[in-house]
Amino acid sequence: MSVDFSQTDEDGSCVLRFEGSLTMLRARRLGEELAAIRADRIVVDLSGVERMDTVGAWLVHKLERDRGATVTGATEEQKTLIEHVAKADKPMTVRREPEPLVYQFVGQVGAASTMAFSTLFGLLGFFGSLCISIAHIFRNPRRFRFNAVVRQFDAVGVHSLGIIGLMSFLVGIVIAQQGAVQLRQFGAEVYTVNLIGRAAMRELGVLMTAIMVAGRSGSAFAAELGSMKLNEEVDAMRVIGISPMEALVFPRVLATVLLMPLLGFYAAILATVGGGIFSWVSLDMPPITYIQRIRDVIPMTDLWQTLIKAPTFGMIIAMAGCFQGLQVEGDAEEVGRRTTTAVVQGIFLVIVLDAFFAVFFTQIGWP
Amino acid sequence: MSEREPIIQVRGLKNAFGNQLVHEDLDLDVRAGEILGVVGGSGTGKSVLMRSIIGLQTPAGGDITVFGEEMIGRDEEHAKHIRRRWGVLFQGAALFSTLTVAENVQVPIREYYRGLTDDLLDEIAAYKISMSGLAADAGSKYPAELSGGMKKRAGIARALALDPELLFLDEPTAGLDPIGAAGFDQLIGELQEALGLTVFLITHDLDTLYAICDRVAVIADRKVIAVGTIPELLALDHPWIQEYFKGPRGRAAAAISEREKAGA
Repeated sequence: MSVDFSQTDEDGSCVLRFEGSLTMLRARRLGEELAAIRADRIVVDLSGVERMDTVGAWLVHKLERDRGATVTGATEEQKTLIEHVAKADKPMTVRREPEPLVYQFVGQVGAASTMAFSTLFGLLGFFGSLCISIAHIFRNPRRFRFNAVVRQFDAVGVHSLGIIGLMSFLVGIVIAQQGAVQLRQFGAEVYTVNLIGRAAMRELGVLMTAIMVAGRSGSAFAAELGSMKLNEEVDAMRVIGISPMEALVFPRVLATVLLMPLLGFYAAILATVGGGIFSWVSLDMPPITYIQRIRDVIPMTDLWQTLIKAPTFGMIIAMAGCFQGLQVEGDAEEVGRRTTTAVVQGIFLVIVLDAFFAVFFTQIGWP
Repeated sequence: MSEREPIIQVRGLKNAFGNQLVHEDLDLDVRAGEILGVVGGSGTGKSVLMRSIIGLQTPAGGDITVFGEEMIGRDEEHAKHIRRRWGVLFQGAALFSTLTVAENVQVPIREYYRGLTDDLLDEIAAYKISMSGLAADAGSKYPAELSGGMKKRAGIARALALDPELLFLDEPTAGLDPIGAAGFDQLIGELQEALGLTVFLITHDLDTLYAICDRVAVIADRKVIAVGTIPELLALDHPWIQEYFKGPRGRAAAAISEREKAGA
């Protein structure tokens, strides 16, 4: 064991003579060894110490404070350092007392419930003020911001054509391939076309588009409005007399509501095309036959379903994004949190609503 | 280390962002044990100079020596040993927001000195926080719960965690109210005296310059145009220096400093 200090006993008192540097580097072992010393009177001799940092000073101060040690042989600098550390020795809470587990649990449940209800009320209020803004714009059409809407068309629609198209095309191939494998077992391979056509036109086209738009545009809305809110741009707008609802939220919601049906239809068509190409290559079904079969199996009501669902989903996604963005307060971290919430909320609400739509359309007798 | 020997030595520093030249042929010495104030107009590259010295920005050219060791082109492993001999306070304090103040202070200690007991770590954090002039309940708080001035003090506590010899401060009093700023100046002065620190201080605050800086370096025209005590700088007839120290705010700060000296 290496010796950091030498210990000698002189008429009942224990003299600790430190050598070399008394710094943080040696604090780990030193703390334990000093605690192990059993002596009533301790004298600390610092005359052999070349370097001392605040941790060394702290250890010496602790000996003075707790064990009544006396310090000898300290230089002026070392004395100042020890004094300085002693001055900083005040009661200080470093750790939080953890609450009992039961309280924590109840508290978290309570916080989550209030959060859920306040978000719900907030969204409702947000929807209300959006309706009022729309009414204002109808009464006073000059307040309609054409440029802002066009810009959002570009951001939400045109720029997402590539990724939504590619995704739908691949999904179409996957459905066709998986469907063909399963249906082959019953010798019903030819019905793959029904599967592709109906799944794409009725459900997947619009649902996948909604998820992609939520991830691409819903998050962008939340982040944009959130950072504008942080930067006090939204407040500046209000002060100038521009309603953020009309200038920021309405163009985004309008663009998403109008573009979702277009994008959903586009996605459904591309998924059908993907399935068609798979059928052609893998099932030897010529494109002409495929198109004819598709025309036979897809009822018009499937298209109506997509065209009814799409704007509703768009509305929800855009509102969740803008609402969460405008809720941002405090620091930049909040922007990230709100963006995540916007996407999760948007996708969740879309899927819940999709389930309702599915039941509803079946009940009214659409095949 | 002798009084005259520079702790930081910058020679022929050149920094450029794209076509925009920030520094060219910049020379600067920081002596051991002094508080060097760095001033300059907005956008003259004060922060870029600091970032170059502490290695967050690789300069386009020139030499930087800290503690007698060449800093540019040094490998990461070696740079770590030099880095733990300095502490940095960023402009916004840059506390880790998911950790409490005490945990923030312990981060560098845990990184460099593994195996310290939790009790000792807590004690170290406690006296560092107390040294930085924070209240007794500050240690367990999260940065979001602190005011701007308290965040800066917590930032100082973290910068001091490893008992550095050299402290970099980037506009420590920006955004503080005059009382808080004066308190902060005093804190820096006290810590410098007690711990024998060398301080590299970027500031806009004329009161800070008069109150605690031993020397002041002026950055303009992409280089350090003058270094010296305030009276020495006043004797120069560079237009920016004259306007800076003799403008209405400069005169006010000088008058206050005179009065304080007369009072003391």
